[in-house]
Amino acid sequence: MRARAELAVALTAGAGGRDRSRVARLRSDGPLLLRPAIATGPEPLRRWDLTGRGTARISRAAGAGGPLGGDHLRFHVDVGAGAALVLRDVSATLALPGPHGEPSRIRTTVRVGRKATLVWLPEPVIAARGCDHHIRTDVVLEPGARLLLREELLLGRHGEQPGTVRQRLRVCRGDRPLYDQELAVGPGAPGWQGPAVTGGRRALGSLLVVDPQWGAERDGLPAVTAHPDTAVLPLSDSAVLVTALAEDAIALRRRLDDGVAELERTAAPVAR
Amino acid sequence: MTTSTTATTTPAAPTTPDRPSPPPVPDSFAALLLLADGRLPAGAHAHSGGLEAAVALEDLQDLTGLEAFLRGRVATVGHVAAAFSAAACASVRSGLPVTGGSGTAAELSRLDDELEARTPSPALRTASRRLGRQLLRCGLRVWPHSTLDELAAATRRGPHQPVALGAVAAVAGLEPRAVAWAAVHDSVMVPATAAVRLLGLDPYSVYAVLARLGDRLDAVATAAAAQAHAAPADLPAWGAPLLDVSTELHATWEVRLFAS
Repeated sequence: MRARAELAVALTAGAGGRDRSRVARLRSDGPLLLRPAIATGPEPLRRWDLTGRGTARISRAAGAGGPLGGDHLRFHVDVGAGAALVLRDVSATLALPGPHGEPSRIRTTVRVGRKATLVWLPEPVIAARGCDHHIRTDVVLEPGARLLLREELLLGRHGEQPGTVRQRLRVCRGDRPLYDQELAVGPGAPGWQGPAVTGGRRALGSLLVVDPQWGAERDGLPAVTAHPDTAVLPLSDSAVLVTALAEDAIALRRRLDDGVAELERTAAPVAR
Repeated sequence: MTTSTTATTTPAAPTTPDRPSPPPVPDSFAALLLLADGRLPAGAHAHSGGLEAAVALEDLQDLTGLEAFLRGRVATVGHVAAAFSAAACASVRSGLPVTGGSGTAAELSRLDDELEARTPSPALRTASRRLGRQLLRCGLRVWPHSTLDELAAATRRGPHQPVALGAVAAVAGLEPRAVAWAAVHDSVMVPATAAVRLLGLDPYSVYAVLARLGDRLDAVATAAAAQAHAAPADLPAWGAPLLDVSTELHATWEVRLFAS
């Protein structure tokens, strides 16, 4: 299956100077179903204060099983200057093998405009036995843009050996690279279970936070948290990656959330 | 395997023995051996490539654990280092006829930025820049060249190690293909040597592991060399999450044998 979904949010002036983020384009396609959503609880970074109409909320639902091998999905997200978008998934994504042994691919491109905010909290990708799933995400941040982006990968369903997953995330500020990592796990990835890559753990993930107001001083940040297998990694003066490995999805989520809470507690905002 | 000699009617053998000619030796083979040798005074002996952390945190104690560690390391950060070394070498070689020039320095700086984005762990970034600075200092004395001076001037904290390796290799006369092999070799030799020192493993057995990995190393180096002329953004970005986490923890230890 081939599908191409698009989502664009723009800031529009509202009455009394209360600007709101309006969904300017919402194109669902195939298994990528986009639906307006309401707040379902606090977002990980309370400091950003994304309550009210200044923030648009969209949920992505999987309209069919899969992705299956052979599927090529494309998804584009555009957050206009000054707008804010919280994008969530309704459920986890289960990557399954297809009938002809071809890989499944999802390619996502994201632009976060000047002083815009994107909070993207997908649910985990589960690598089912025999899958060959390629995830490629490119994010471009314009000056002043804020980003919170989570990635979680579960290696197989309960008691299952996973298939192969390749997951690349590249984030640029303008044309300068900020973060670029590709993870390969499963039978097609040499050494993935060894003590350099996963050490046999079944869940791994990261949470990337970019906040130009943050001024994340390396010295002020904790390198490690109270949790094992979790690190808080400053990427630059305004970007931090929380990365964690765990035995299961619940422990992984807790480690990532606690890592961000730790960030919020220790990193003092600097004056703009 | 023995050849069957029962067929008596086979045509006469060609008059000249059908022996394949030996594969060509890379350019500046002697320089490659110098650069790939762990005894090169460039500071690599102070690092374990994450092995010391894996010994303590992942209970890596034996040859089986070492081999799994090396396979994962070379497929991820080893491949990235080799591709960036090859790309840096190609970039310097293409600029050499006009004695480097600022275009080369800008290209190396672009590669350095891309590598920075591929190294999320601050402890690993620090280690890579320290090793790059030491290698560049060594290269400046052994193979003096204006391109190396420019690289030193362009990267105050020191270039990332693969960028320095590619640049030094280029002025030593090596091709991207050769430096990809040197980088892959380095990515397993650093932790393997540390394993002998930390765990007291039998050196012969460790070298047997390294020899067994030969096909993997060849495959990674070949793939990395093929990417030498790719756009910097398209170079590989394989990550090793456990290396990142354990190296950060390692950097907080008060007592450790290796710097990283």
